[in-house]
Amino acid sequence: MKTHQFEVIVVGAGGAGLMAALYASRSANTAVISKLYPTRSHTGTAQGGISAALGNYEEDRVEWHTYDSVKGSDYLGDQDAIEFMCEEAPQAIIELEHMGLPFDRTPEGRISQRPFGGHTNNITGKPVRRACHAADRTGHMILQTLYQSCLKNKVNFFDEYQVVELLMNEGKAVGVVAVELLTGELHVFHGKTIIIATGGHGRIFEVTSNAYAYTGDGVAMVLRKGLPLEDMEFFQFHPTGIYKLGILITEGVRGEGGVLINNEGERFMSKYAPTVKDLASRDVVSRAIYEEIRAGRGINGENYVYLDVRPETVNKFSDVDGRTNPDGTPYRTSGEDILKKLPDIIDFCRTYLGVDPVTQMMPIQPTAHYTMGGIPTNKYGEVTQADNSTVPGLYAAGECACVSVHGANRLGTNSLLDLVVFGKHAGLKAAEYSNRTEFTPLPVDPGAEIAQEFEKLRAGTGKETSFKIAKDLKRVMFDLVGIYRNENDMLKAVESVRELQERFNHVKIDDTGRIFNTDLISAWELKNMLEIAEVVALSALNRKESRGGHSREDYPKRDDKEWLKHTFVTKKDGKLSIEYKPVTITKYQPKERVY
Amino acid sequence: MNVTLKVFRYNPEVDKKWHYESYQLEAAPTDRVLDLLERVKGEDDGTLTFRRSCAHGVCGSDAVRINGRNMLACKTLVKDIGENITVEPLLGLKVIKDLTVDMEPFFDNFREVMPWFVNNSPLPEDGKERLQSIEDRERFDDTTKCILCGACTTSCPSFWGDDSYLGPAALVAAHRFIFDSRDEAAAERMQIISETNGVARCHTVFNCTMACPREIQITKAIGELKMAMITGKLD
Repeated sequence: MKTHQFEVIVVGAGGAGLMAALYASRSANTAVISKLYPTRSHTGTAQGGISAALGNYEEDRVEWHTYDSVKGSDYLGDQDAIEFMCEEAPQAIIELEHMGLPFDRTPEGRISQRPFGGHTNNITGKPVRRACHAADRTGHMILQTLYQSCLKNKVNFFDEYQVVELLMNEGKAVGVVAVELLTGELHVFHGKTIIIATGGHGRIFEVTSNAYAYTGDGVAMVLRKGLPLEDMEFFQFHPTGIYKLGILITEGVRGEGGVLINNEGERFMSKYAPTVKDLASRDVVSRAIYEEIRAGRGINGENYVYLDVRPETVNKFSDVDGRTNPDGTPYRTSGEDILKKLPDIIDFCRTYLGVDPVTQMMPIQPTAHYTMGGIPTNKYGEVTQADNSTVPGLYAAGECACVSVHGANRLGTNSLLDLVVFGKHAGLKAAEYSNRTEFTPLPVDPGAEIAQEFEKLRAGTGKETSFKIAKDLKRVMFDLVGIYRNENDMLKAVESVRELQERFNHVKIDDTGRIFNTDLISAWELKNMLEIAEVVALSALNRKESRGGHSREDYPKRDDKEWLKHTFVTKKDGKLSIEYKPVTITKYQPKERVY
Repeated sequence: MNVTLKVFRYNPEVDKKWHYESYQLEAAPTDRVLDLLERVKGEDDGTLTFRRSCAHGVCGSDAVRINGRNMLACKTLVKDIGENITVEPLLGLKVIKDLTVDMEPFFDNFREVMPWFVNNSPLPEDGKERLQSIEDRERFDDTTKCILCGACTTSCPSFWGDDSYLGPAALVAAHRFIFDSRDEAAAERMQIISETNGVARCHTVFNCTMACPREIQITKAIGELKMAMITGKLD
């Protein structure tokens, strides 16, 4: 087994991992290990924007961004962390621009901003332009810019290496074990610090906007070490996924004036969110779509509604809403304008639906989109436990982490902000720690255990296939732990997931070779998803209230007396146990959430 | 509809030589070619090897040759191709296994052109962003779309002939920075792409433009680089 040594080891090469690597590499020898080429990472699919109260078109304030995020989180976000993120936001965006990120521009040459769900002027309650954008490929530009900057900084990359185990010794994180896809060989990476930045796990759901790679590898790896996972019941269903395929249609479409329409031709969001309407928080809009479908007002009685961004519709409803340009004139758009602002969305719709959004409406349904929960950290990316103690040498950032800035529901554009701000601080903190500590020795025989586990998986002779088990898992999670949840369904879900875990013990791999064995890696990813799905279902079953993305039919109200607290799940000897930790409140006392 | 999916197969641990295998599938016209590959792998033969991630044309993992043309398997629908679909690995790069090729030479060429932002001038005194007009931003918009899938470079006869030719994707990256009004390293990059393995090897075949799944006007971008090389001006 080859052994490598670096002071800082980053697992994952999306926005958070690259940001961490960029900042860590300024003062520490840093390596990034990724199962994909970095530019294939899921950050690249983020579309609409990244938020910061720059106020480039109209007045905006950091406090408004903070309050909107607290409210968006349904008061489950830790307010000290949210304050930190929103205060850091303007500087973070400016730094990205200084790295060359090609943001769209205002007529004055500043970074352009657009409205997004839940972003408001706190005095008028009206939408505010806060999402900084590069057309509808903002994530793509962030990912490219960070990768380019890392190359410039000579960061060491190990591309197409799948990390499979976290190594701990003396209570500290000291390394990871990874499979090199090309050769099938195991490598040991010895580090002073490990930063996990492996993204989310939306692939546990049937209809999702998430990439195949989104299998929660880092989160599962941490769980297996007996460390806790936080708030795993909170998963965001984005309101506008392409019907059946789940491909994301950015909220930026509604930011540009698009509206949701039911089978009766009604713009139904004005019933559910009278003030900001189609720009309410994602959980609110997703539930509204389901209510419409349940009431028989889905298009042709099917499980979808329309998203309409045709210029005539946008102009009509802009008048209804009294939307104006920064100079006070009525807001007007044209087909050409839409094409310029949303080129990728139009391309997706033309390719996958044969629908042209400039002249036709888009069929959409909610799609599993974002993991609010994850590996608990403080605002410096240090991994924490329920008693707030940290795990020396271990850091996490981005979607796999739970700071918690998103609480029960993330605001659109705060994910990109999260990974930039906390990726940076995790990188800085890890480098600082590395500079003042020596290497802790690796555990005895590192990688031996995992090597054995892989050999066992490779030699399986059972009748099960990972394809079939994965299909069943996704169906169970989407149907029973989806947008609306209840006791019976979730009991069934927990039981089903455990049955699927048992079936996985009898899985047979077709490909027993060494070179580029994606069959084996897919099975490993499935194992991770099975472990995570159990935590998601159990956390959800135990939370007997409705809050943000967690909507229970049997407990339809938020219950701050009992449930204003974070869920912490740990696994010992194969059994999950749950404890809770209070939410940090600074200035914003919980109140009813109305949009 | 009934589809015959013919796939290039090569497993270096087993096969002495590559071959093709055919699979019969029932497919919907709106199925992606990637969906078919996934089904074959999941239900029929787990050894079938290909890369994929986002599955909607943004991450650039699954560029392959479909019926002879470079495309993303996730952005190509059955109805666009018909009932006989042949999938092969990209040309000009070494096959690792089945549809996966060695992307290293491709990324090496990308790294050659200094694909990163250079501006060593003092930052604006107000601590804010560097200003750029809408027109200046528009100037290089097209080449910011590149996802490094490799479809262009591996469709280029000059690259097939000699992989030391930087190739369209690397030149697109160079263009993105050279025409960015904020960047200060245009001269250095022009030097790099003016050498013998640079723009001079482009013979305006347009294969790259045809192959690009992001519809970047690659041949035009390379043309602009050639013009800049000849005139010494960036217009």
